[in-house]
Amino acid sequence: MYDKATVEVLLRPKVGLPGVFEKNREQLIRKTCEAVLLGALHPRTSITIVLQVVSDAGSLLACSLNAACMGLMDAGLPMKSLFCGVTCALDATGAIGLDPTAKQEKEARAVLTFAISSVERQVLLSTTKGPCSVEELQQCIAAAQRASGAIFQFYRDSVRRKYSKT
Amino acid sequence: MKETPLSNCERRFLLRAIEERKRLDGRQSYDYRNVRISFGADYGCCIVELGRTRVLGQVSCELVSPKLNRATEGILFFNLELSPMAAPAFEPGRQSDLLVKLNRLLERCLRNSKCIDTESLCVVAGVKVWQIRVDLHLLNHDGNIIDAASIAAIVALCHFRRPDVSVQGEEVTLYTPEERDPVPLSIHHMPICVSFAFFQQGTYLLVDPSEREERVMDGLLVIAMNKHREICTIQSSGGIMLLKDQVLRCSKITGVKVAEITELIQKALENDQKVRKEGGKFGFAESIPNQKISAFKMERAPVDTNDVEEQAEEIITKADPPSDVFAKPILRMPGTAQIGEGIENSWGDLEESEREEEEEGNSDDATTPEGQKMETEEINVVSKTKKDDDTIVLSDSEEEEVVILEPEEREKKTRTHTSTKQENSSSKKAFNKKRKKKRATH
Repeated sequence: MYDKATVEVLLRPKVGLPGVFEKNREQLIRKTCEAVLLGALHPRTSITIVLQVVSDAGSLLACSLNAACMGLMDAGLPMKSLFCGVTCALDATGAIGLDPTAKQEKEARAVLTFAISSVERQVLLSTTKGPCSVEELQQCIAAAQRASGAIFQFYRDSVRRKYSKT
Repeated sequence: MKETPLSNCERRFLLRAIEERKRLDGRQSYDYRNVRISFGADYGCCIVELGRTRVLGQVSCELVSPKLNRATEGILFFNLELSPMAAPAFEPGRQSDLLVKLNRLLERCLRNSKCIDTESLCVVAGVKVWQIRVDLHLLNHDGNIIDAASIAAIVALCHFRRPDVSVQGEEVTLYTPEERDPVPLSIHHMPICVSFAFFQQGTYLLVDPSEREERVMDGLLVIAMNKHREICTIQSSGGIMLLKDQVLRCSKITGVKVAEITELIQKALENDQKVRKEGGKFGFAESIPNQKISAFKMERAPVDTNDVEEQAEEIITKADPPSDVFAKPILRMPGTAQIGEGIENSWGDLEESEREEEEEGNSDDATTPEGQKMETEEINVVSKTKKDDDTIVLSDSEEEEVVILEPEEREKKTRTHTSTKQENSSSKKAFNKKRKKKRATH
């Protein structure tokens, strides 16, 4: 266990003390980051990712994943690929809505969150809340893979902007 | 992470500079850093930046039963959190001294000064009152946490709106924000803390110390005052001895500073209210990119999902059909059942211990059966070392026996559900069984 870096994730909610819900989220994000980071290049090292919720208007887990990836990118840690988080909401009729607001999440039948990698749009993490069929799951994954393109373009643009102005 | 200690030459440099009335960032002795206040999308959320020190404040409310000895008053609760985001030295659950000091100072400043009218928070006397909770998170530590935190707390409280409540006889109606506009809290005055750092036994004084200056200071004096020049709290720590006229001078400076900061707060609150009323865009997503050059914002991006269904169907038809395994649960006794069976163990060639492992479908505790297994296996191994091929002797001492077990190659049986105990025992790859006991003496 000393031959690669240890990744630790701390997720702090805005109101109240962190509880089991946050611990669960932390483990999900940690697993995703571990899969992507080249830990073998930094043995006997601890990498800590601290996430503070500033404002929650829905799709919080996807936003945390995006923030974690951009933080790792900005820190300059070597990674196999980038990743992004996308949330899908299935309403009662089975229609897919991407990036739902808090109200849409509450009224949805099922909410699915995926972490998509930038290499060949592979799925790194999949977590669902509520029932959905296998076809709907595959459709949501396909939709999330489409949406990840837009998010990766945003990563590129913001990094370009950061290094062109300052 | 442990805090990097300050080097002696840096300490000497800072103190020499202060003696010559110079500060690292070019401020004068009585100058404050830039204060910037931005509001979030929901009521009661704000971020205050004092130079590079940033504090996020959020106010929330809940209906609870009141305290027994204060049946007609609402409850106030303050909580300041220091996370590793602020500084690597803040570990979760470690820097308790500083945290307790800051929390206590905030409580005295805001609660004991009675700036919030708690009587107005009462809904039904003795039965239901409002509990107002102020959560402050330190986002970046560059000195003078207490000032930034007190500004964030009072700004968040002024910005907050609680749901409207009406009482008719015995009936209490709580209106949602859509039914009736939420109501602001009733705040009498705005106490704001100002910190003074003292150096060289009280000879030199600096207002709003930065993080480096805080490390070399001798003592700290904090005065909380409102714009009517009433002192709400005063605290001197660090063991410096101040003269009476020094304290009076500090309080005069505090009066000036608090007036400036209160004016800034009023302007920020008015601005935010105007934007909300006019229906413009508000919240962090609007204000933060405008403040920073390196921030980037993207409006909503449309995603083309036209042929998503076809793509999904392709994947489903190409994929293997799901394995159709449904095991029947075996009921052993009331309250205990077993679904499926585990795979073979991978501990290598140990026939004696395999027998003990069969009946492991649903034992209570994961550790005890394994512990017992290990002991029995040790005895077995000792008897087998001479004839086993995969015993590797690492040292030529006769007293030690070291056995390294290699797992056999085994096919994985597909299984629907195994208990976690079996996964524990069958996932070991190589395991150095016996420790070298007398390494030191050899």
